[in-house]
Amino acid sequence: MSTESLPRPPSARRLELTVISAAALFLIVGFPLLHAFGFVSTFTISLWGKYLCYALLAMSVNLLWGYTGLLSLGQALFFALGGYMHGMYLMRMIGDLGQYHKPIPDFLVFLGWTKLPAFWEPFSNFPFALTMVFLLPGLIAYVFGYLAFRSRIRGVYFSILTQALTYAASILFFRNNLLLGGNNGFTDFKFILGHSLVDRETGPATLRGLYIATALTLLAVYLLCRWLNGTKFGLVQQAIRDGENRVLFSGYATTHYKLFVFVLAAMIAALGGALFVPQAGIINPEEMKAQNSLEAVVWVAVGGRGTLIGPILGAISINLLKSWASRAFPDLWLIMLGGLFILVVLFLPGGLVSLPKRLAPLWKKLRAAPTPSSDSQPSTLNSQLPR
Amino acid sequence: MSYHPLLTVEDVSKTYDGFKAITNLNFYLFQGELRTVIGPNGAGKSTFFDLITGRAKPDKGKIEFGADPAASHDLTELNEYEINRLGIGRKFQTPSVYVEHTVWNNLVLSLKGPRGVFASLFRKLSSTDRDRLDELLKLIRLSDKRDWNAGLLAHGEKQWLEIGMLLAQEPKVLLVDEPAAGMTDEETHRTGELLIELSGKHSIVVVEHDMAFVKQIARDNQVTVLHQGTVLCEGKFDEVQSNQKVREVYLGRGKHGTR
Repeated sequence: MSTESLPRPPSARRLELTVISAAALFLIVGFPLLHAFGFVSTFTISLWGKYLCYALLAMSVNLLWGYTGLLSLGQALFFALGGYMHGMYLMRMIGDLGQYHKPIPDFLVFLGWTKLPAFWEPFSNFPFALTMVFLLPGLIAYVFGYLAFRSRIRGVYFSILTQALTYAASILFFRNNLLLGGNNGFTDFKFILGHSLVDRETGPATLRGLYIATALTLLAVYLLCRWLNGTKFGLVQQAIRDGENRVLFSGYATTHYKLFVFVLAAMIAALGGALFVPQAGIINPEEMKAQNSLEAVVWVAVGGRGTLIGPILGAISINLLKSWASRAFPDLWLIMLGGLFILVVLFLPGGLVSLPKRLAPLWKKLRAAPTPSSDSQPSTLNSQLPR
Repeated sequence: MSYHPLLTVEDVSKTYDGFKAITNLNFYLFQGELRTVIGPNGAGKSTFFDLITGRAKPDKGKIEFGADPAASHDLTELNEYEINRLGIGRKFQTPSVYVEHTVWNNLVLSLKGPRGVFASLFRKLSSTDRDRLDELLKLIRLSDKRDWNAGLLAHGEKQWLEIGMLLAQEPKVLLVDEPAAGMTDEETHRTGELLIELSGKHSIVVVEHDMAFVKQIARDNQVTVLHQGTVLCEGKFDEVQSNQKVREVYLGRGKHGTR
């Protein structure tokens, strides 16, 4: 992260705001309109819906890593848990339209159940499932965070623990007797809130609705993070990142602050997961694998950590690249991702969002080239470059 | 006038892996006092501060805070932020300011007030708060750099910013670790004047190496000499300076400057 000397000029802020508003307007209104009039396929709009869910996961990672200095390598766990909680509702909405035509999910029939297990019952209720999307991941984050932060586990030890947590959870979810679908997870969803996901006539509109809901959620989370940044809480958060001892010796219970951020981040990731499941049409323990959490960290690093827009930019651009590369060069994708990460760390530590600022002096130089005298003057922008 | 000390450190010992950092230390600080603590490297000065501020727990002994013996607090039971909230502020040896925050925000974070998560989310700065911060900026001579990121300040300016941050907390006791390190002579002198000005209203403990600076701020106040984790002697600057034992372990080596 760079140390800027003075606040940016208002013109730069206005430009940034205009670009962001235009992008938000396009994603929320323009894109769905293009789909409604048939310029964009349902496959594409659902694909972009998934990208925006990943952007929510990236924002969650950034809230922890970028703003609080807590590198969580287990955020995909909360993403998946949110997905599972919503998935349970979606499984109940299949009704008796499954392969076995029984009123309980197919995998339970397969396991020899004739009656719904008690803990499944309330998930037929959408508000309950939605509450659980926040509650369960939030609770797990609270307990884990409480234990970790109270024991003053910091830095790389915290990262390793979060990675271990998601790994342990994935092993647990692979087990059939957890009654959550084992390695197949949940799939074959049919309805959400009475709207069909698969019907040839009405399905596309449902998926478009889900896309719009995702885009609006992303906007809301973006605005939440933006607001948080402007409060004293945001100051404390970043102060913890830059010097936790000083914060502690200034009378702040840093544990409480970190716990709050950790729970909030878990809930944001869970919300992303909940929106992801009906659009992807599946949730299984693969989503909890360590690799997914690591990938989310790469999105944030590439987009620009510690910035509001960076994680969104990173998540979308890398997943666009992934969609293309995993078809064009399926064997090379992971090498490309790793290479990209190294390149960004070495040459663009501020991520994609820092590109305009990095390029500005170059651009100025190019334009000023005919008059060599202006070249020799030290540019103020140059001195602001990250070291 | 109360003659009960504000800060009582009695018979305190602390060992790290067999190394005796502090041994049977006794130290009493009275209301409004400006105390200077000197001692060679490794004398236990930093550990002494760590014990008072809750960063380390003593193996034995008592550390109490409060001029009223009936309502004093046992600091060995409390952690860093609880001790700070009682009114004990600490300035570290290497300036520890928030380098990514502006000078103004560094002070905002330090300003006395509620420290809870929810207060931090919803409480706004009052105009009294702003006036107080402006006043502090003037005192530490950083008014024109209030929007600078603290990371861009010169070393001496960072030291002052940290002193400002300490004052913003309005502590009863200030623990100041080598405030003059890395400062020019003029800055050092001004820091000394500031500390003298603050004593009386606050009780201050200064750990320092620079003898010229110690002489400036000690004046008629007590100076404590630490050696091998215990108090070697205590008295006025001149008495301490002429003390034979002190000359042997510390001054006698002829290292009067900073090390």
